[in-house]
Amino acid sequence: MNSIWNKTIPAGGKWSGTIGKGKLVKFTALGKGANLSTIMYHANQLTERYNMPDTLKAQHTSHLTKGHVLMSDNGRVLTSIVEDSLGWHDSISGYTSRKETDEKYGITTYQELRNNWLRSGEENFAVELVRNGLGVRDLVPVLNLFSKVFCDKNGDMHYVEDHCYEGATVTLRTEMDTLFIFSNTPNPLDLRNEYSSVPIQIEVFDAEPVKDDDVCVNFRPENKRAFENTWEYHTLLSDSKSVVLK
Amino acid sequence: MAVLNYTESSRKVEEAIYDRVIPAGEGWMHELEPGQVLRIVDLEGNQAADTLFYHAEDPEDHYSAVATMLGQQNIYLSTGTVLRSESNKGLLKIVADTCGRHDTLGGACSAQSNTVRYAHDTLPMHNCRDTFMLQLSMYDEKYTKRDLAPNINFFMNVPVTPDGGLTFADGVSAPGRYVEMQSIVRTVALISNCPQLNNPCNAYNPTPVRVLIWDK
Repeated sequence: MNSIWNKTIPAGGKWSGTIGKGKLVKFTALGKGANLSTIMYHANQLTERYNMPDTLKAQHTSHLTKGHVLMSDNGRVLTSIVEDSLGWHDSISGYTSRKETDEKYGITTYQELRNNWLRSGEENFAVELVRNGLGVRDLVPVLNLFSKVFCDKNGDMHYVEDHCYEGATVTLRTEMDTLFIFSNTPNPLDLRNEYSSVPIQIEVFDAEPVKDDDVCVNFRPENKRAFENTWEYHTLLSDSKSVVLK
Repeated sequence: MAVLNYTESSRKVEEAIYDRVIPAGEGWMHELEPGQVLRIVDLEGNQAADTLFYHAEDPEDHYSAVATMLGQQNIYLSTGTVLRSESNKGLLKIVADTCGRHDTLGGACSAQSNTVRYAHDTLPMHNCRDTFMLQLSMYDEKYTKRDLAPNINFFMNVPVTPDGGLTFADGVSAPGRYVEMQSIVRTVALISNCPQLNNPCNAYNPTPVRVLIWDK
């Protein structure tokens, strides 16, 4: 199947844009140790956004993989994880700041290095939020695609260095028109000395209609109800198919 | 169960400059001066006090669960935890805690999340996010829904397992347990005393909390 659009985000890069509902968004790590910090907003109602606590507690999980859905603060599904070669994506470790980036990798400047200076998640997000009419007040916990951070029994957080291999993929399906903001910057808990960002390829495909036996819809009863809330929204907006909330 | 971190306070109730009970299902929004100490008391045990903070001089800089966890590389809040804003400023520091552990991953209940977690017919039930929004609407028009970032659940126990699970466990709190935090900057506190009737972790019985404030 040929993609209808593709883009490679270079190491340290950023991208934002709206991807309409019913698309597959496939991410491929073009090197090992990738981390793509991601925030999602409902493109038609920007105060509705990905909500980490609602997503985690509804699915009784602290990590994200195939079958899980990414819920908004309005109880709806923004996107679902329909394919995943890694088994774990991080939801609790946030994005890098300018200060941390300078402290960890040394101070770099545009004046000295031109476009090879080391970008931070904080600045990448600030720029793309403002570009889309939002601001830093709209920052919420991000999803870190390709990273694994686990908590031991005392609650201490641990980044797993060799989790993401070159060629690892994860695919999201958009269930609503979604504004994505990406910052391709290292995981804040990645303790390696070198700036570990690698390029990430994004390909978009048309998705098949969601079927009754869909893995994400049927993953848990909670997921089904979140999908029903989403379908209700689309019914009221334009779809003619009626939805019964059970 | 991880080690819990208990620290008692030497502050005396009769010396507090502010003392108020927040009934179950009610909200509270109040500004704290730098150095002031806020104590929240779980009067009857296993109640959840859903709490957010804002930098009063920069209201768009809200409490950040992730910055707070990253600052200590640990997901549980207790004595010594600095409660951080999105821009990584220290807003307050927990200085005493007789509960031993508090959650910041579970967020606040809402009408919509209740439909997902429990059933569609829970939509009309009272919930924390409604309380937050009502408090914001009464406090100052500069606060909006955009400022409702994931919060702290004082007295709640939400363990995360090494294999990536997340559960709502029975509470580690008990009647009279409290948490105390000292404001570092001028801070606005926003509390929803959780009205959740669908979750066994409060025995389906939301109860009052008490807030006390001491001057430096």
